Amino acid sequence: MNSLPAFELRDSGGATRSFPSKRTALLCFVKEDCPTCGMTMPLIEAAHRAFGAAVDVWAIGQDSAGNAKLVERYALTVPMLDDSALKVSFDYGLDTVPTIILADVHGHEVRRFIGFGRDDWREMFAELARQSGVAAPPIDWNSYPESRPGCGSKSVEPGIAERLEADARGDKMTARRIELGDAEDVFEFMFERGLTDGLPVVPPTPERVMLMLTGTRRDPRDVVAIVPPNLAPVTVEKVAVNAVMAGCRPEYLPVVIAALEAVCTDTFNIHGIMSTTWGATPVIVVNGPIRRRLDMNMGMMALGYGTRSNATIGRALKLVLRNVGGARPGDIERSTLGAPGKFTTCFAEWEERSPWEPLHVERGFGKDENVVTVFGLEAGSRQIADQTSRTARALAGSLGMALEACWHPKQHGSGEILLIISPEHADTLARENWTKAQVRARIQEVTARPVRELIRDDESGEGIPLSALGDAPEARLDEKIAKFRRPEDINIIVAGGNAGKFSAVFAGWVSGPMGSSSVSRRIEEATAT
Amino acid sequence: MKQVIIDPTDERVPIRRTLAARTDSIVGRVALLDIAKPRGNVLLDRLAEHLQDRLPGVEIKRFRKPTFTKPAPDDLRRRIAEESDFVIEALAD
Repeated sequence: MNSLPAFELRDSGGATRSFPSKRTALLCFVKEDCPTCGMTMPLIEAAHRAFGAAVDVWAIGQDSAGNAKLVERYALTVPMLDDSALKVSFDYGLDTVPTIILADVHGHEVRRFIGFGRDDWREMFAELARQSGVAAPPIDWNSYPESRPGCGSKSVEPGIAERLEADARGDKMTARRIELGDAEDVFEFMFERGLTDGLPVVPPTPERVMLMLTGTRRDPRDVVAIVPPNLAPVTVEKVAVNAVMAGCRPEYLPVVIAALEAVCTDTFNIHGIMSTTWGATPVIVVNGPIRRRLDMNMGMMALGYGTRSNATIGRALKLVLRNVGGARPGDIERSTLGAPGKFTTCFAEWEERSPWEPLHVERGFGKDENVVTVFGLEAGSRQIADQTSRTARALAGSLGMALEACWHPKQHGSGEILLIISPEHADTLARENWTKAQVRARIQEVTARPVRELIRDDESGEGIPLSALGDAPEARLDEKIAKFRRPEDINIIVAGGNAGKFSAVFAGWVSGPMGSSSVSRRIEEATAT
Repeated sequence: MKQVIIDPTDERVPIRRTLAARTDSIVGRVALLDIAKPRGNVLLDRLAEHLQDRLPGVEIKRFRKPTFTKPAPDDLRRRIAEESDFVIEALAD
């Protein structure tokens, strides 16, 4: 026999009612805004008045205010139990109210029906009369319809399951909860508290945060990183809160966590990236099979907008840096101009469309590993047009010439950049089996300039000061300096739409140990793949 | 129903620090900190000249961060605190 879940609920008089109660019980689940429940209330009341001495007849209402209305409207004396938390309704697996359940003294289910059925109720009254030895009360059954469908139980409304699970996991969610006033607009509240990046955020309710936490196997209390500039410890739960706000789905959370771990390293130096007067930002590149599972954009518009995973993963990272790390524009974040890429910059490499090893494999990871790489670069890409080169040499030369403009044409010996080669450009290079090393060497070749063209002069005060050339500057004027310190500072990936002979570059910031170097991290997903 | 959200911040209450007492005169050791931005040294050189002219009694000490991109290392901050009574920092740009 089906054993029903035990519960304790308070009735409208404040008394606690426990089930099973060692008596026969008639459990009547109802909600106020359900007409079928309303029609049923007089029968529940009649059952209580007739059999209450021997049977616990209980109405179990699904919202506090509605319960009080039902009591008043039908002048109920039957105990009205408050299940506004919906835990009991959920545990009982209700889909519909009214649900009427007869249980024996041991709490085993004897009979159950849902909605309204005239015959169901007549049989129920007969059963109660048999069990209690009390005659069934007179009911004008003809005044009732034969049947009426019930209404949806509140316990199956969207978000309820998540909320109940959140309550059950509550001991692991330790972040402060903020209760808003009835009249407060949660969106305005979050703007006023300075919690957004200037666009609206999804309110991080406990239910949404709990759902987000299903995206990782990590304990919500685990500290992911110490976040500059405030050097604040950030827990998995806090990352989840900001990921909710950014609009992430739970399966994105491991990418956000890995990116956060990567930027909060001395090598990456996120403090400098966020506080520099230059417009820099963490540029996030995702590699591995996870790109497909998260529907990441690596094709047309890869660096643009319109894809949830691309947009929200990068935004979540920035919100953590803002809300937990304390990097806010005008405060510690002090970019002179800023750039749109500071909202979010995240995309995937189109590994399958590339003639070369993907970025993460170049860096020692397996092809099937999921890896996030963060670069400290200019917060916006610059496009490079070359629609007419037909040889690899000519195209790589064009790319190099365009890269002269990074930072300033007279700044040479610079550090990391990220060059995104479009599929059509990749095809031109692949036709002659050019390697990435050849592309890099060609860029260094065409960008190499004699010192005399790079020194500060009346044409442009930017460049190398003569004083930096030692005692005999004249002797060094014909020495050539390539644009980039090392060929490997030119990071190359493939992404973008199949049509269009346009590539793009993210120029850098201060690169290397004195600034920022890119960092790659493996992504730990919630489920093994 | 009351709306509840979870706090996305670090929840830490900033520690209020009071400024050191202002003195009527500048005597003792003045640290000039160059954060390693271009031409910060030029500014500090001029400042040092002016300070020596106006306040011949003070001892000027020069310090420099290894890079402007990162906070000053702990050791440098400790040395400045130990060896100076005043600090003037040449910020960027």
